Amino acid sequence: MMVPPMSWDLNAVDLARAQFAFTMAFHIVFPAFSIGLASYLAVLEALWLWTGREVFINLFNYWLKIFAVAFGMGVVSGIVMSYQFGTNWSVFADRTGPVIGPLMAYEVLTAFFLEAGFLGVMLFGLERVGHRLHFFATLMVAIGTLVSAFWILSANSWMQTPTGYAVNADGQFVAADWLKVIFNPSFPYRLIHMVLAAYLTTALVVGAVGAFHLARDPHIAGARVMFSMAMWMATLVAPIQIIAGDQHGLNTLAHQPVKIMAIEGHFQSHQHGAPLYLFGLPNEKAAKVKYAIEIPKVGSLILKHSLDAPMSGLDTVPRENWPPVPIPFWSFRIMVGMGFLMFGLGLLSLWARWRGTLYELRWLHLFAMAMGPAGFVAVIAGWVTTETGRQPFTVYGLLRTAESASPLAAPAVGSSLVAFVIVYFVVFATGAIYLLRLMANPPSPAEAGPTRDVPARAGGITPAIESVVR
Amino acid sequence: MTLAVDIAVVWAFIIAFAVFVYVVMDGFDLGLGLLFPLFPAKAERDVIMNSVAPVWDGNETWLVLGGGGMMAAFPLAYSVLMPALYTPIIAMLIGLIFRGVAFEFRWRTEARRNFWDVAFAGGSLLAALAQGVALGAILQGIHVEGRQYAGGWWDWLTPFSILTGISLVVGYALLGATWLVLKTEGELRDRAYHLCWYLLFAMLAAIGAVSIATPFLHIQYAQRWFTWPNVLLTAPVPILVAVVTMLLLRSLADRQDSRPFLLSLTLFALSYAGLGISMYPYIVPQSITIWQAAAPENSQIFMLFGVAVLIPLILAYTGWAYWVFRGKVRAGAGYH
Repeated sequence: MMVPPMSWDLNAVDLARAQFAFTMAFHIVFPAFSIGLASYLAVLEALWLWTGREVFINLFNYWLKIFAVAFGMGVVSGIVMSYQFGTNWSVFADRTGPVIGPLMAYEVLTAFFLEAGFLGVMLFGLERVGHRLHFFATLMVAIGTLVSAFWILSANSWMQTPTGYAVNADGQFVAADWLKVIFNPSFPYRLIHMVLAAYLTTALVVGAVGAFHLARDPHIAGARVMFSMAMWMATLVAPIQIIAGDQHGLNTLAHQPVKIMAIEGHFQSHQHGAPLYLFGLPNEKAAKVKYAIEIPKVGSLILKHSLDAPMSGLDTVPRENWPPVPIPFWSFRIMVGMGFLMFGLGLLSLWARWRGTLYELRWLHLFAMAMGPAGFVAVIAGWVTTETGRQPFTVYGLLRTAESASPLAAPAVGSSLVAFVIVYFVVFATGAIYLLRLMANPPSPAEAGPTRDVPARAGGITPAIESVVR
Repeated sequence: MTLAVDIAVVWAFIIAFAVFVYVVMDGFDLGLGLLFPLFPAKAERDVIMNSVAPVWDGNETWLVLGGGGMMAAFPLAYSVLMPALYTPIIAMLIGLIFRGVAFEFRWRTEARRNFWDVAFAGGSLLAALAQGVALGAILQGIHVEGRQYAGGWWDWLTPFSILTGISLVVGYALLGATWLVLKTEGELRDRAYHLCWYLLFAMLAAIGAVSIATPFLHIQYAQRWFTWPNVLLTAPVPILVAVVTMLLLRSLADRQDSRPFLLSLTLFALSYAGLGISMYPYIVPQSITIWQAAAPENSQIFMLFGVAVLIPLILAYTGWAYWVFRGKVRAGAGYH
């Protein structure tokens, strides 16, 4: 055997990290989509109940079928996440369980059950429970997705900016003040940033689907309504998201300055204003950004709102505490680039709306279609930025990633990683095809919900609903 | 100090309750997957699938509560058991992925419906088997050093864990068959009744085999069950199993649609109580007690408030969802 035992240990941790990154990257797109879509469905149903316009219930049923498929994939990929803390990160689970375990338990109790409990009625129950109770079920599912975001982001934020804790004799983190644990310094910023990201992600998907059908026939009522609603969302929320992201960045600078140094590529400290690197190749060995395109002093302007403010660089941080600089450097630029494209789409759609050509401008529809996946790209890039940026720690500054993993041999972790890669590509690629197929159908004037021939009625709108329709 | 002791016990019961609710609720819908190959007609499969489509997701949430709750309330046990059960847990998760997405995917394709039917059945089998194996692996004991699992990644595989794996598959299939008796009618229900007979006897054989094998694993299990005065506490369990079995046989003979399911659940509850008697007060048998594994008091108390308010609420609205979709599931308009 050529391989020394040390590298086996190292490999098991790296494989566990790869597994977490892989399963998380797949999982996160589903909640990001279903948080936004659940709220959108609640809005559509409310508009239908309020105005009685048929187009809203048709759109509701159209997106409900898509929601059902996406939600199912989110559930099964989420169960994997909840067990992975124990299987691959058992030391982390033992040490942090008393603090973040209860946050996740509250997520299950207040959110997962709420979503799952009312999902059946939301999907199949319109004819059984009546309109008001059905709307209540939809609302509970939508609230459940938001409450879920609250708890899981609180737990994640505590790992990034731990407060309100003590350490007991067994080396476990324990809560000294639950309010400080839950409302830790980065939590409000992360929550707002993520929920807005979910809304934007969904709006871009809805907008792309609307644009796709408008490009074929600009008179489809459902396509017009969904495109218009989605573009309003992009117009209004993209700029708010840019402001929220800026605030989140300032918060990170205050609590995790090393993450910002990596994002900015600031290997050196700058006494009289730090530059903003637009592009470049960060090189950790040389400790500099090669081939950099930089704007002098703008880095300080963005982060300290002053051109000449001094900024510390990675030269002030011990090498063993550096995050892998090129990854957050690049993923951050991808995220921000997507954000500004969304902002651009919102502005262009506003201009087209003002001109009265929102439903006819072919290039706008093509742009909106191209932006369909942009939210997912931005969400994944943002998560990569924040999660690799806090390396090499799982609990920032307190528990190192290398010391968090389970006492497993590399072959065990490697085999399960291979199994997850194969299964996820088969299952989620197929699911994506089914979702795209559903989206490729134009919303019809008598769109059926996911009724599945049971009970005997073949779906569609009921006489009771028709009487409300004008 | 006495307060801490009490709360650890309370939490042991809460986690045990969550796992039990999971076992019986996801048990019958995993059982439907196990029975899928025996009902090849598309129309029958549609009905079987539709009988749980509105509730399967809530059933599986109890698994997340069991796992997440254990990390929160007994982090040491969670961090020892999960690596020890690494392979069965990963297998279970993969099984649950295939069967979970099959609920939606099989309605989205004509060409590949067969593939997703196989995924539903195969995923259910893998998950059920893995859960049973994990149970056996826990009962037979786990090698712990310090605060960590100290065994290999194949330690779980023994004849005993295979026995418990098969037993749970049989038990879930019985729950699935009795659920079909409850929720269907006509020829489908007749065949489900027929299956119940075979599965009940298989289940009794499995309970018998596991009960006989368990005391041989550790002397403590034998002492717990057979020494005086413990017998006063343990003897009612096998007696009640016999009584419930008689009632179950009669309900099958009399064809009272709703009773076989409830009595099968009771049989599960008794088996589960038997497991509890064997394990208590250990959470990792023979190495870690519930008090050693317990999270600090303030974590357990913080969650206890939530559990006290929310679990009754969850049971209420889950019950309501079952009530909304009560009664027999009928075949679609296209099927006669």
